[in-house]
Amino acid sequence: MADKIKKSINAKRLKGAVRNNQYRKEAIISYGILVIGFILLQLGASAGLIGRNLQGQFVPICVYMSLAIALNLVVGLSGELSLGHAGFMAIGVFTGIIVTRILESSVTADWLRLIIALIASAVVTSIAGFIIGIPILGLRGDYLAIVTLAFGEIVRNLMNVLYFGLDKNGKLHFAFNHTIEEVDTSGRIITGAIGATGVHKTASFASATLLTAFTLFVVLNLKNSKQGRAIMSIRDNRIAGESIGLNVRKYKLMAFVMSAALAGMAGCMFGQNYSTMAPAKFNVNTSVLILVFVVLGGIGNIWGGMIAAALLTVLPEALRQFADYRMLTYAIVLIVVMICTYNPAIKARISGIVKKLKPKKKKHGKDKTGKEAA
Amino acid sequence: MGSVLTVKNINVYYGAIHAIKGISFDVNKGEIVTLIGANGAGKSTTLHTISGLLRSKTGDIEFLGSSIARTPAHKIVSLGISHVPEGRRIFQGLTVEDNLQMGAFVTKPDRIARNLEYVYEQFPRLKERAKQVAGTLSGGEQQMLAMGRGLMSDPRLLMLDEPSMGLAPILVDQIFEIIHNLHKAGTTILLVEQNAQMALSIADRAYVLETGKIALEGSAEELMGNEQVQKAYLGE
Repeated sequence: MADKIKKSINAKRLKGAVRNNQYRKEAIISYGILVIGFILLQLGASAGLIGRNLQGQFVPICVYMSLAIALNLVVGLSGELSLGHAGFMAIGVFTGIIVTRILESSVTADWLRLIIALIASAVVTSIAGFIIGIPILGLRGDYLAIVTLAFGEIVRNLMNVLYFGLDKNGKLHFAFNHTIEEVDTSGRIITGAIGATGVHKTASFASATLLTAFTLFVVLNLKNSKQGRAIMSIRDNRIAGESIGLNVRKYKLMAFVMSAALAGMAGCMFGQNYSTMAPAKFNVNTSVLILVFVVLGGIGNIWGGMIAAALLTVLPEALRQFADYRMLTYAIVLIVVMICTYNPAIKARISGIVKKLKPKKKKHGKDKTGKEAA
Repeated sequence: MGSVLTVKNINVYYGAIHAIKGISFDVNKGEIVTLIGANGAGKSTTLHTISGLLRSKTGDIEFLGSSIARTPAHKIVSLGISHVPEGRRIFQGLTVEDNLQMGAFVTKPDRIARNLEYVYEQFPRLKERAKQVAGTLSGGEQQMLAMGRGLMSDPRLLMLDEPSMGLAPILVDQIFEIIHNLHKAGTTILLVEQNAQMALSIADRAYVLETGKIALEGSAEELMGNEQVQKAYLGE
């Protein structure tokens, strides 16, 4: 009997090791992509190999990577569809801009202001995620997607009419749908549809990379925790989850709020990278784009989403030579990649072609060596 | 032999449909009590109401002396009621052992190893398949897994919903033998079954449900001998 228990404990330890190995593999690949990407791009930029246009994409790449990782928490881990992440991003952007502007005189160090702005964005977006999450998380699948889409639109439309300013005495003013008379032009932080202008940029490639690493750290750790397993088990079988005593609502909300907070932080970083930022940017297209990163990278596959985010952010830049046909080419590339990656029939055909090509190469090689021998 | 579960006059609705019409029954410690009846009689609805997934408009449900009629579903599991749902809701993508470990979500960590050992003792087949992915198990094995997972949370009351559903007769025999063994080991069981014959053969007491009401109740032997039951459910 004691022997039996010992055996089973040993087996358990072994299995824990297997699970840890899977986790470690995913972590190594994800962090590896980030570190190697950072070093390569940094070296390339300092060696003058990377153009100015592409250098301008460094921070957005990191931001979109973070967003892809954050959305994977909802789509991959929790198995729900969200089309409102541009909304959370927008809340993060404008919270960040407002906070950094308010602190401009009191906190002189850029990095410290950025950190405070990131924390503030995370807090504000998680509150937004919580408030929106409570009523809607009873919905599933397509219905949830539609409601989150509506949420994103509400946020964008609110931002469109939001006026926010800081008067000479350091007092905050905000209004909807009309300019604030008490504040002169220099104190206006957000002016309706024009958005924020004259933002003092605090983001850098290094800080954006660190933010992506932080996002990765949070999501990977959650995925490998008791809570993460609870979230995934509800995704796999809700009834089974309920029958083993999981609070379905709590865990769904946990994934949603964490994802919102991380998206808000990414948004904050995004806003700190440009001197002007208009709310029109955060429409459905942006939400769909983030979802495309996740789907293209493989739902639930965190590093896949990172690669997809990086490539699809760089692609429009790289396609600049196609001029007017740029977005058309982009769409076609997207369709072709999707079909080649996820259509089983075509996937099989491609691997068949690859197999055919491989022995040919060998033959070719043999011929060469044969000739050389002769 | 105190009462573990007391259900008093519950009424459950699905929208406008009155599914449970004033049902009362109780389960005593160490008993197997079975609810039998035809499709749509309200057997599964009763279990769902006890485990908190549905709410009764009236009456009360008492578990070990305190009311659980308003307790949320996830807390009821940690109180000690384990519900093995109909249709073997296992985690298809996980291994057998991971499924069992998930069953211990609300269990105190120091009891998990012991519970796992106990489940493997009761279900040697699961031990053989510990590393196998649960979705590749046969129907009977999946049922065993669902029951084993239910036992991982240290239940004071195990509720089994149609454990014989969709299984070959020989497997039904096996499953009922296991239920019988669990009973002998002291587990209190509330069993919902369409297979009245099998259910009555292992139960202590039984309630016959008909369109949301209790039509008959009594000891299993009594009901086995009852003409009405024989005609309606035992096909004799």
